[in-house]
Amino acid sequence: MNSPTEEPTWLRRALIAFAFIHVALMIILPFASVIAQACSEGFATFTRTFSSRDTIHAIKLTLLIALIAVPINTLFGIAIAWGFTHVKIPGKRVLLALLDLPFSISPVVVGFLFILLLGKHGLFGGWLEARGIKIIFAFPGLLIVTLFVTMPYVAKELIPLMDGRGREEEEAARLLGAGWWRIFWRITFPEIKWGLLYGIILCTARSMGEFGAVAVVSGNIRGRTNTLPLHVEALFQDGDLPAASAAASVLAILGIVSLVARTITDIKAKAKSKN
Amino acid sequence: MKPARLTTHGILFGIGMTYVALLILLPIAVLAIRTAQLAPTDIWQILTASDTLAAFKVSFGQAFLASIFNTVTGVPVAYVLARYRFPGRKFLELWIDLPFALPTAVAGIAICGLYSESGWLGSLLAPLGIKIAYTTKGIFVALVFVGLPFVIRTVQPIVENLDLAEEEAAACLGASRFYTFRRVILPALMPAIVTGFSMAFARGLGEYGSVIFIAGNIPGESEILPLRIVHALESYDYATATILATTMLTISFAILIAINLLQRKHALKH
Repeated sequence: MNSPTEEPTWLRRALIAFAFIHVALMIILPFASVIAQACSEGFATFTRTFSSRDTIHAIKLTLLIALIAVPINTLFGIAIAWGFTHVKIPGKRVLLALLDLPFSISPVVVGFLFILLLGKHGLFGGWLEARGIKIIFAFPGLLIVTLFVTMPYVAKELIPLMDGRGREEEEAARLLGAGWWRIFWRITFPEIKWGLLYGIILCTARSMGEFGAVAVVSGNIRGRTNTLPLHVEALFQDGDLPAASAAASVLAILGIVSLVARTITDIKAKAKSKN
Repeated sequence: MKPARLTTHGILFGIGMTYVALLILLPIAVLAIRTAQLAPTDIWQILTASDTLAAFKVSFGQAFLASIFNTVTGVPVAYVLARYRFPGRKFLELWIDLPFALPTAVAGIAICGLYSESGWLGSLLAPLGIKIAYTTKGIFVALVFVGLPFVIRTVQPIVENLDLAEEEAAACLGASRFYTFRRVILPALMPAIVTGFSMAFARGLGEYGSVIFIAGNIPGESEILPLRIVHALESYDYATATILATTMLTISFAILIAINLLQRKHALKH
């Protein structure tokens, strides 16, 4: 006999089966297909793809952008989250909505915004050109749009964790004469470390995987301004599907790493909140 | 609070806000100024050009259909994950977030490979006369993939927090399980469902990377709005790019505000 708040067994089974089929068909199958394509000609595809100079350059460029963008947005993310949760000012809802903007603007529009700002005919275009500084269709442009699209990750992870937690301990530490850094390091940091780590991982994954925004400001010069996601498209346009899939499967690892990291940080965070 | 205490917090907040203003608000302000400089007749002409209208229709139409699909399929999946305990549940949980975590170019090439005529699914559908890759159906499939987690992830926590007593009361009063679902559970989930739908829709409108691999990208036929902007930029048509960017940005703002109001209204009720 079913309890009154449960569905009959046949319906439960059907719904569970539906969930499995849906996820298998819509998510697992595309993922498996790209891996299969990359492996369709055996290991040779990987050797061929990853020994090409353009691919190596694309990987280096992608890593370099992440190496600069992630620390910058981590530091600013901590500052924004700390300020947001510790300063009393009106209009905080607007600020919070502002942090959602980079997630909701089309990546192509993001790229275009910076062409209007820093491109040849942009607001600062003349000023930059007179000084021989090239931003759009060059490395700085790629970096700036990446900063834009990855800006909120760390801050958004930290704000709910910093909000209202450990405030008495902070107050006590301050009365005992602890400076800001000591309060942060000894009291706040242990509370937020798993959230911070997860935010950093999301930020890294997005900065390496961003496509639309960098596509607009890159100019797609192979071996110069092609990041790894852009290189995937270039190989695809060449009609070299196995090579494009091989390059894509390296990026796919990023996705998997961030999923596993999410699961681990979730478990750690839950264990912490139980204590 | 004494001013002396405020300093470190204030400085940190100031630094953070300056960064946000320079990185996000300044570029948006420039776009607004550039739009204001255009003549209204030009704006009208650009917005009503046949390729632009077609791009609007493709983007709105496919984003809407994909979000509807993701809502109808997402609610049962969210319910299953929240209420049932069965082997493989953790496995499902893990995979559902993949579209959020996978770079869009990877999603694009994966879906294109799967639905192309030589792909696993494409080769099964081709004999039936169904062509997905390089048509608007391809756009739909790509948008279903990138938008899939939104409804599930907004509805699932709400189902988890539902008060079982209400459902027990309904059952005691003789309501069937289906009736209880329709009259007790579904209304409670409605704000989350609408939020998830809106988020998926907004994402679908702006999506670029995963779509361009599979769409065929024929102007007037399978060209989405973001691609229309890219094509305009390639032909140095800054006026078209500016107006379309402003339109898309306005729509993003509107959806964002609508979601915020909906959440606030719902939060006040409880």
